[in-house]
Amino acid sequence: MSDREVQRHRYDVVVIGAGGAGLRAAIEAREQGMRTAIISKSLFGKAHTVMAEGGIAASMGNVNARDNWQVHFRDTMRGGKFLNNPRMAELHAKEAPDRVWELETYGALFDRTKDGKISQRNFGGHEYPRLAHVGDRTGLELIRTLQQKIVSMQQDDLRDHGDYEAMIRVFDECAITDLMQDGPRVAGAFGYFRETGDLVVFEAPAVVLATGGIGKSFKVTSNSWEYTGDGHALGMRAGASLLNMEFVQFHPTGMVWPPSVKGILVTESVRGDGGVLRNSEGKRFMFDYIPDVFTKQYAESEDEGDRWYSDPENNKRPPELLPRDEVARAINSEVKAGRGSPHGGVFLDVSTRLPAEEIKKRLPSMWHQFKELADVDITKEPMEVGPTCHYVMGGVEVDPDTTAASVPGLFAAGEVAGGMHGSNRLGGNSLSDLLVFGRRAGLGAAQYVGSLGGRHPAVRESDLDDVIGFALQPFETEVGENPYEIHQELQQAMQDLVGIIRRPEEIEDALARLEKFRERATKVKVVGHRQFNPGWHLALDLRNMVIVSECVAKSALERQESRGGHTRDDFPAMDADWRKVNLVCSHAPGSVEVDLKRQPVPDIRADLIALFDRSELAKYLTEAELAALPEGDLT
Amino acid sequence: MSYQGHFRIWRGDVAGGEIQDFTVEVNEGEVVLDIIHRLQATQAGDLAVRWNCKAGKCGSCSAEINGRPRLLCMTRMSTFTEDDTITVTPLRTFPVIRDLVTDVSFNYAKAREIPAFAPPKGVAAGDYRMQQIDVERSQEFRKCIECFLCQDVCHVVRDHEDNKDSFAGPRYLMRIAELDMHPLDEMDRKKQAQDEHGLGYCNVTKCCTEVCPEHIKITDNALIPMKERVVDRKFDPLVWLGSKIRRRENV
Repeated sequence: MSDREVQRHRYDVVVIGAGGAGLRAAIEAREQGMRTAIISKSLFGKAHTVMAEGGIAASMGNVNARDNWQVHFRDTMRGGKFLNNPRMAELHAKEAPDRVWELETYGALFDRTKDGKISQRNFGGHEYPRLAHVGDRTGLELIRTLQQKIVSMQQDDLRDHGDYEAMIRVFDECAITDLMQDGPRVAGAFGYFRETGDLVVFEAPAVVLATGGIGKSFKVTSNSWEYTGDGHALGMRAGASLLNMEFVQFHPTGMVWPPSVKGILVTESVRGDGGVLRNSEGKRFMFDYIPDVFTKQYAESEDEGDRWYSDPENNKRPPELLPRDEVARAINSEVKAGRGSPHGGVFLDVSTRLPAEEIKKRLPSMWHQFKELADVDITKEPMEVGPTCHYVMGGVEVDPDTTAASVPGLFAAGEVAGGMHGSNRLGGNSLSDLLVFGRRAGLGAAQYVGSLGGRHPAVRESDLDDVIGFALQPFETEVGENPYEIHQELQQAMQDLVGIIRRPEEIEDALARLEKFRERATKVKVVGHRQFNPGWHLALDLRNMVIVSECVAKSALERQESRGGHTRDDFPAMDADWRKVNLVCSHAPGSVEVDLKRQPVPDIRADLIALFDRSELAKYLTEAELAALPEGDLT
Repeated sequence: MSYQGHFRIWRGDVAGGEIQDFTVEVNEGEVVLDIIHRLQATQAGDLAVRWNCKAGKCGSCSAEINGRPRLLCMTRMSTFTEDDTITVTPLRTFPVIRDLVTDVSFNYAKAREIPAFAPPKGVAAGDYRMQQIDVERSQEFRKCIECFLCQDVCHVVRDHEDNKDSFAGPRYLMRIAELDMHPLDEMDRKKQAQDEHGLGYCNVTKCCTEVCPEHIKITDNALIPMKERVVDRKFDPLVWLGSKIRRRENV
């Protein structure tokens, strides 16, 4: 192929991302009769979803029959500190059970209860055992099940159309660098194949962003190389807005040693199944960190917490199972106070809590991971753990029912979408989010394409010239910087200056550096040619990481309170007035600057607010909001 | 704590290539993938390698280290001495694309040839009931991270390109076993394993089990039980008679 030659493909729906959300969206679009393309940066079946360990939250009530969608909704709102988009939290809680059951019809094999139903486990912030799971490799089961469902649809297409790829095709190791537009409307997506370096344009009236998160902008992260905020940046460059980017979840338990595995996730199931956190003095310190809003739900003594595992009806849960933001901050404080473990974390111990065989059965991947990477036998000794950048709650602003972004023809689902999790996501709510909103994205995109009646937007040749130039520019630069160096500096800056605890002067410092990174990222030079060239790939991803990091830093500077995944040293408390505010980032047309504006959080419908009692609401709402509630019992 | 390690890495593409020597810093606790990343960042910006999770969960970074199929992210530098020279080459069974990256599309093609899960008719979503003990057999096979190391090491295809058409390889024979042992799958898969996917080629050398990073007992738990049942069907006189009668009824 010549330098600027471009392969062309035409589809009804193009899904960017082949993790849980992307695959579920593609399955739905295909079932709605759309010719669908799935674009995957990696090989098919390798997406970051495989890393999810604990389970899928869905109120099936298999283990505790009291569970239902209302309780799940309530837990989700509490976890997100009431900043969640309430309609998204409602749809998610209502539809998650059906999405899990459906996986069994695709061939998934979850762990079972004694009566043969899907087993459910305890997790942080969930009132009842709620997570459908397969040991501690639930994400792998999810991705493989969806992958195999797509293969089964392709087998149907071979039978019906004589071609596996007649209706749904996976383009693997393909990265998208730009969305194509016809006026404001989406007209397709442009990118390159990693394997060959060939350029490609997909002409399609609907694009679903399902690209996951942004963790690779931080130094210590549980995220894979793919998590460079591509969808966030593509959406923003196309005119969509990003919601609440200041909320970044630091998972409390990442590995801290040896250095090469720092950040790799240690599943919350360790705590759900009885593991406890201790400091260097041997103390279960989490009892000292139960915030006011959660005093009613968490045990006050170790005895009570321990009794809860066998008798949850009459005891409160141990504080190790507080939402992730609380646990991460507590660990951070213990380490700062000099009570940390030798390698700068704290101890997570399951060895004294469960018999060795039980640990290997319930937590096989964790046993394996520590044994092989750290020489630690978790059945005999505690693990050392510390916070790791894990998830971004912020993302593309979407309509809850259809997942449509403000750009016509653009949809977003999963981690790249914002709103669902408010200021902090509960464990287990990610996999359910992927399934619920992945399906809705496929449906929303199909309905949108149907509404066009065949009048599809067109890709303009002049635009194509521009995006080709943009993609190939790192090869044109004569003297330029090494992309790996800029990436390392960016990660260090975000880690140090916009990390777990944030100070305004540090965020300002980060913003000043980011402006320089933005400039430097356009002058990167790569060596070699276009075929499978990781330096080139990083050079292009770097631009996305810079945009997303700017959004995180700007929003973090603006929000003068601490809530969920955003903690300000100078404003340590939650502020009820700020609960009403969403921060929204966008590009002004033709500008590379990030514009930030405030926008009201959608009201919580009366029937949903009635699920909480007044004393709990008083912890989150303003005086004026409380006064406006109806008299008497809300239910 | 750190030292200068000696590495030999195959670099090239479909047109050819060669082993190149590198001397590179190695720190305590690192794995081979860390060293490859350091080479990319400091000496060879365009060195091609696949990787994703760096935690042994995605099965992307498969290659051969000193001739043995391994995951780069799960091979600790502490298993070598400071004087060892470590040779890293791409998977031998699959065509090379560039450097350590190979074309593994063979595996995806085979995956498509295995008929999908055949759900039980008349059982609605939500009504599936299975006992833990019955799902555990297939769950072992579903731990597979599709790193394709078993496919790479299997001598049936490693040194015999012409067998690739008729042999699905350990990973996909295990997939058939997984579906066959699924408590609710409605298809009989033994004959297909033998006739269409080359189960008979396997002569139980267990190389696949040896290289499996998930420690799945591919040969003992998946392939041998399936071979035994294929044999039962073929040579059990009652099964043989039964199949004749049924066939006659269909006439």
